[in-house]
Amino acid sequence: MDELLQILNTLKPGVDFTKETDLVKRGILDSLTIITLVNELKDEFDIEITLLDIVPKNFFSAQTIYDMVKRLQDE
Amino acid sequence: MMKNILEWLERSEKFFSEKTAFSDDQQEVTYRQLLERAKALGSFLGKFGQKNHAVALLIPRSVETLTAMMGVAYSGNFYVVLDTEMPQERMTAILGKISPFAILTVDALKEKADDLLPRKAVVFENAVQEPINEEMLLEIRENMVDVDPLYALFTSGSTGMPKGVVVCHRNVISYINWYVSAFSIDDSVVFGSQTPFYFSMSVSDVYSTLCAGGTLHIIQKQTFSFPLQLLQLLNAKEVNTIYWVPSALCLLANWKAFDYEKPQFLKRVLFAGETMPTRQLNYWMGHLPDCTFANLFGPTETTDICTYYVVNRKFADGESLPIGHACNNCDVFVLDENNHLVEHGEKGELFVRGSFVAPGYYAEPEKTADVFVQNPLNPYYPESVYKTGDLVLYNSYGELEYAGRKDFQIKHMGYRIELGEVEAAASAVTEISSCAVCYDMGSDQIILFYQGKKISDEDLMKQLKRRLPPYMLPGRLCRLRSFPYNQNGKIDRKKLLKDYQEQTKC
Repeated sequence: MDELLQILNTLKPGVDFTKETDLVKRGILDSLTIITLVNELKDEFDIEITLLDIVPKNFFSAQTIYDMVKRLQDE
Repeated sequence: MMKNILEWLERSEKFFSEKTAFSDDQQEVTYRQLLERAKALGSFLGKFGQKNHAVALLIPRSVETLTAMMGVAYSGNFYVVLDTEMPQERMTAILGKISPFAILTVDALKEKADDLLPRKAVVFENAVQEPINEEMLLEIRENMVDVDPLYALFTSGSTGMPKGVVVCHRNVISYINWYVSAFSIDDSVVFGSQTPFYFSMSVSDVYSTLCAGGTLHIIQKQTFSFPLQLLQLLNAKEVNTIYWVPSALCLLANWKAFDYEKPQFLKRVLFAGETMPTRQLNYWMGHLPDCTFANLFGPTETTDICTYYVVNRKFADGESLPIGHACNNCDVFVLDENNHLVEHGEKGELFVRGSFVAPGYYAEPEKTADVFVQNPLNPYYPESVYKTGDLVLYNSYGELEYAGRKDFQIKHMGYRIELGEVEAAASAVTEISSCAVCYDMGSDQIILFYQGKKISDEDLMKQLKRRLPPYMLPGRLCRLRSFPYNQNGKIDRKKLLKDYQEQTKC
């Protein structure tokens, strides 16, 4: 979780990802940030992220992103 | 002969009263509802007794914004759509320029509107309840002419102050007549709209929908973060026409989204605002062989577009797409440094002539005179043409190709940005003693080079955010001990950028 928070904070400094939710709707993550984020997640956690994973519920908060990463690691 | 864009709304309502005109993620509005609400708003705003004055719109991108636009037109005035995400300082500067007699806003933003311009806020939810005063609206219409202003769209200004391009009814009528004809748009058109309403591209899809009696679905910005969601929406709404910036098209191409789901109803894929990379275009064309693809080109000052190219041959990845030929009823010509027409293959500046050309900038006589000039080829009678600052040339097919800018204007994510505006904002930061802003095309980043007192990236960005909208913020901040200078004593921007590109960090 710490690595994920570090990645998010580098991408979007000044946001408290431990608290913030509804990240996309509130404009904290936009389409470009998601692309960068996905690439960083692939590199950091050695997982395959496909288009089917790029859905609103996975990017709702840092927690849901983390849940997705864990799920993909187990696969 | 039409004299007012509302005639399209009125005609479409006659034929298609119960058809959905516009929709967003919250609601739909039929032509009848749109007409009634616009007339109600017009009746409310009409009571102010103003003519050809500004009404600012502070409304999130929605059906309400479009209704408000029509309402302002009914009242005999022009609208200025404000980007609700714009920093306060920039909004205040724009409002200062246009001195609106009202800010039409929604309940949720009333407080913000009051902060910006006390006692001028008109709340949409209230104003739309106003009983329609047909007599007043008729009188307003009778007194209107086609050169009355319809809207002013603000674009980046090189000295820091955004410029408001005034566009009149006649501009939009001429322009849309070309658009619907060029792409055979009729009442079966269903647009999936991507561009913000403070952006000239939105003029094309909104007004051609009204003209043709079609339907336009406003796609929320967030949806573009989720390619599958986006495709599902396009199919659910049976969208057959899109007019997007290339960045939005590239999103779907880069994700290879069509391998998962295809847009089944799409017939026309039109794009403008920035260069469309051919690799991604080829991905789209490969998966949608029956669609019409067209590259449209033009500045806000010519309503939206002045030349276009319908893709009719194969392009190799990396080859550049032409910008094509002038639109029907729009004249373009290319002049060299001596104001002579260029020879084939020679680079020159693009000029635009005709009814698409806007009257000028609002309350900026000098800036207007700089670029809306007497036609250099016409010494006989007054004729205003627009000097675009775009460099172009004719290729071997006789098509125009884009060849760069004469100045420091760039396109980033489809937005037009004067690097000078970013520099002006940076110069205002007290710690900065001098600065230069460059654009690195390779990484598509705006880079701020500065000299001055030490300031953290965070603090610097915070200050820049107070003056610049998000899309103008630099992607890289580089503090330098000294700047390279050229013989004229000016900062050598070319060298700055070159040195930066050669190092990987700064």
